[in-house]
Amino acid sequence: MDFQAVIDSLPRYAEPLLVTIQVTVASAALALLVAFALGLMTSSKHLVVRTPARVVVEFFRGSSVVVQLFWFAIAMPVILGIQFDYAIAAAIIALALNYGSYSSEVVRSAIASVPKGQLEACTALNFTPIQRMRLVILPQAWPEMIPSLCSFAIMLLKASALVSLISVTDITRMATLIGGQGGGVNQLPHLALILVIYFVLAWLIWNGMRALERKAKRGVGIDAKLPKNRAIDAPAAAAGGGGAA
Amino acid sequence: MQEWNNETVVEIFPAIWDGFLVVLQVTLVAGIIAVLLGLLVAIGERSGPPWLKRVLSGFFQFIRNTPLLVQVLFVWTATSLYINPEWTAFAVGSAVLGVHYASYTSESYRAGIEAIPKGQWEAATALSLPTHRVWGAIILPQMLRRSTAAVANWVIAMFKEVPTLFAIGVLEMIAQAQKYQGQNYTGVVEGYTIAGILFLAASYPVAVAARRLENRLAKSHF
Repeated sequence: MDFQAVIDSLPRYAEPLLVTIQVTVASAALALLVAFALGLMTSSKHLVVRTPARVVVEFFRGSSVVVQLFWFAIAMPVILGIQFDYAIAAAIIALALNYGSYSSEVVRSAIASVPKGQLEACTALNFTPIQRMRLVILPQAWPEMIPSLCSFAIMLLKASALVSLISVTDITRMATLIGGQGGGVNQLPHLALILVIYFVLAWLIWNGMRALERKAKRGVGIDAKLPKNRAIDAPAAAAGGGGAA
Repeated sequence: MQEWNNETVVEIFPAIWDGFLVVLQVTLVAGIIAVLLGLLVAIGERSGPPWLKRVLSGFFQFIRNTPLLVQVLFVWTATSLYINPEWTAFAVGSAVLGVHYASYTSESYRAGIEAIPKGQWEAATALSLPTHRVWGAIILPQMLRRSTAAVANWVIAMFKEVPTLFAIGVLEMIAQAQKYQGQNYTGVVEGYTIAGILFLAASYPVAVAARRLENRLAKSHF
């Protein structure tokens, strides 16, 4: 193992690191959009709105994210005739749809957990459904969602490593490319390096989400003092329990 | 550009099915590791000596927050270069997958332990029961009922991550489709689609069963 070689190769990781961050941030943003769209739809009391959303959610939760990634990048252009210019776009969309479907359950259950009295008060005040959602339900549901969304954001970061399998040069692919030279004897320190990079990125996401949660709770007057947790905490019960399919 | 071909579907199906059986085998082996190791870790984190608690929680936090794919590549490279090149990708892959998911199941077990009322621990102390009786007769039976559904969900999630192991050459469905493509210059489109459908067909009933189990356990009082 040659650690000097690893240090010398650090600059080569700069661009792949941006790719990893790009994939994670872009698919997280898109996943959030998908989660809210599907979560609101599955909360609807109208069957025609709820059913298609449920089908989409079960479809994406029911199969494997790895298979979906390959399917979007390679099979979909053939079957549906939709061709992305870059593999990275297919990857972002596949990850966003998959994790968006999982997160939609978080959105749905947070909306369902808003006390019924709040909804009755909205009716009493003659709020329109949009006002009710925007002014009453979402501000209270949002802080409840953040811990679970944080778990999914970290899972998304981890899943972003899979894009290396469809030839997108993120840090995982870079590590196997550099480390693979000379029969792979130098691969280990490179893989160790990116493991640490991923851990640091996860830590950053976790801290960011904690800050966001504190702010959101203060916004609706919940005591911002959070229970003192272990460093990067495990996915909340919602991630394990809700991640059924 | 390849096209969808129904004949290819028929031809490739046996290969993808073989891959699916490999996925099931990996799920079985890794599932046993995840279920048992997770339990041991949760117990160790609760009643082990302080140094053990710190080591376990640090190690599993790292596992939980780094990608499975990179862990698999790392351990596979390490075993084939420095430990024993004879170990198969199936064995190494299953072990890594099992340990990775043990990091999640241990959290579900931990939540189950923490949900047990403090009085139960105090009563066990008051009766000066030996440690193995405290766990075996009091804590585990109560905690397993609370944790089972969550752990089952993690095993289902794990089942869907098995295809990651194709990166080290485990012949699961993606690898089978690519192998077929290599020999016949066609087949990935059909292969990936069949793989997705098989996953749906397999995981949906299991997920429904897990949800039912969850509801039933939630209803039973404890």
